[in-house]
Amino acid sequence: MSDIVSLSAADLGAAIKAGEISAQEATTAYLDRIEAVDGDVNAFLHVRRETALEQARAVDARRAAGEEQGPLAGVPVAHKDVFTTKDMPTTAASKILEGWQPPYDATVTARLREAGLVILGKTNMDEFAMGSSTENSAYQVTRNPWDTDRIPGGSSGGSSAAVAAFEAPLATGTDTGGSIRQPAAVCGLVGAKPTYGGSSRYGVIAFASSLDTPGPFARNVLDAALLQEAFSGHDPRDSTSIDAPVPPIVEAARRGDIDGLRVGVVKELDSDGFQAGVRQRFHESLELLESLGAKIVEVSCPSFDAALSAYYLIAPSECSSNLARFDAMRYGLRVGDDGTRSAEEVMSLTRAQGFGPEVKRRIMLGTYALSSGYYDAYYGSAQQVRTLIKRDFDAAFENVDVLVSPTTPTTAFPIGERAEDPMAMYLADLCTIPSNLAGNAALSVPCGLAPEDGLPVGLQIMAPPLADDRTYRVAAAVERALTDRDGALIARSPYAVNG
Amino acid sequence: MTAITRDEVAHLARLSRLALDESELDTLAAQLGDILTAVAKVQEVAQGDIPPSSHALPLTNVFRPDEAQPCLTPEQALSGAPAVEEQRFRVPRILGEEE
Repeated sequence: MSDIVSLSAADLGAAIKAGEISAQEATTAYLDRIEAVDGDVNAFLHVRRETALEQARAVDARRAAGEEQGPLAGVPVAHKDVFTTKDMPTTAASKILEGWQPPYDATVTARLREAGLVILGKTNMDEFAMGSSTENSAYQVTRNPWDTDRIPGGSSGGSSAAVAAFEAPLATGTDTGGSIRQPAAVCGLVGAKPTYGGSSRYGVIAFASSLDTPGPFARNVLDAALLQEAFSGHDPRDSTSIDAPVPPIVEAARRGDIDGLRVGVVKELDSDGFQAGVRQRFHESLELLESLGAKIVEVSCPSFDAALSAYYLIAPSECSSNLARFDAMRYGLRVGDDGTRSAEEVMSLTRAQGFGPEVKRRIMLGTYALSSGYYDAYYGSAQQVRTLIKRDFDAAFENVDVLVSPTTPTTAFPIGERAEDPMAMYLADLCTIPSNLAGNAALSVPCGLAPEDGLPVGLQIMAPPLADDRTYRVAAAVERALTDRDGALIARSPYAVNG
Repeated sequence: MTAITRDEVAHLARLSRLALDESELDTLAAQLGDILTAVAKVQEVAQGDIPPSSHALPLTNVFRPDEAQPCLTPEQALSGAPAVEEQRFRVPRILGEEE
């Protein structure tokens, strides 16, 4: 078992293709691994052993029949519980969807099934993807495999914890304000937010539709690129899907050359207030990039200072509208339907009981920001800031190929530390939010461990829309240089499995 | 400092179709005030005639051909319903007694 789960997804896929390992063996090894360690980590909300093994047997049968299959056929994957799956419950970690079995697959789910990936289960998350620690799940607290007293990031914290604990080689997530990059950073993983519209939102339970972006988690850069490529591309079922070729991200991850690349350091995303060890590793990364031939320049994006504020108006506004669909009528929880209450009363009781505190807070905030009399001052101003942020990115990308920053201001914080203080929690997304508002590609790659706590630090790389390959080029260069230096990937938590 | 009264919170809860209890109204009055104070920063930055962006992509309406496609069966569509009657969603009364 340890040999199989220690392999990269690329190597496991190659071994399955060559007939050295069967998909069934690979799936069994990971299911056993989940059984052994998920009691400590709590990454999964649902695991379906039989369904997984059935998919694995189908991959083995297709191989035996001589069918040509993709590079990840037979490789297991864990899905954030926000992607609909027709053979497993989908709850978005909310009580309002407890036990809900969707009648259809999300496009991401369907494409990965077609590519032969085996679904191990569904991972925990902040309820409806609202949060930065996964503590807002209505079901369980997920623990960071690097230190089980700390948060695994959020909102896709079940996915990051599962991959860091070697319970899955790959996982999916969604990134609305940093919900892939931040958990990847604090768990020592690679996590990418593709260009908005580069990955389909069809079948993703909506939080903030103009920002939500599905993306990959992996322990190394090439694996992340292979997963992203497998689910990316135009989807006619998503009206904001971009009808353009998928950027050459796998080739970029293999090449990893950055000689002559112009790298901009965003002044506004590197503050004295950040944790010292995070800044130290970030600045060492800049020296590393320079030594690999990149040209480092400082760039100013003044509107980024207002990005967090704009985000916490735009995202709640869109959420207050999107979550209106949870009306207790067609699916999900219904409370208080005793024959005397009206539909509206049942709706209000159901929503009060079915939604957790953070979800209620954001619905209320969004309702306020969209109410007549406050609309222009709050939602309207936030949309203007969004324009300014896009302009800052456009101006910066006239002079540089990529922008970089730390992914998060701190390493993983202790469970409970920010649970009662919404504004402190929101600060975890300070560096990641601008790319959601502008829709450009961004990725987090491990760049070391903070000296003061030994926890992983992420380097964020941002590129223009549809230039996702540049983020992979830089990430691959950093990964290769650090692996050559240390003799191993950084993604080795105490739960790492050695081959 | 943006103050938000308990009555305003109660009104927002009604608009949001959330039957919040008394302690939730108190907590949210304080928290929403704090958050709105913090995010009011957008008003300092967004001055003048900057056009608003509702979206990252310069997309307008996207059309597809009007062709029949396979869709969910009635059984699938009703599979998650809290209550079903005669192949329909059964819902509580939607009109008041007096109407």
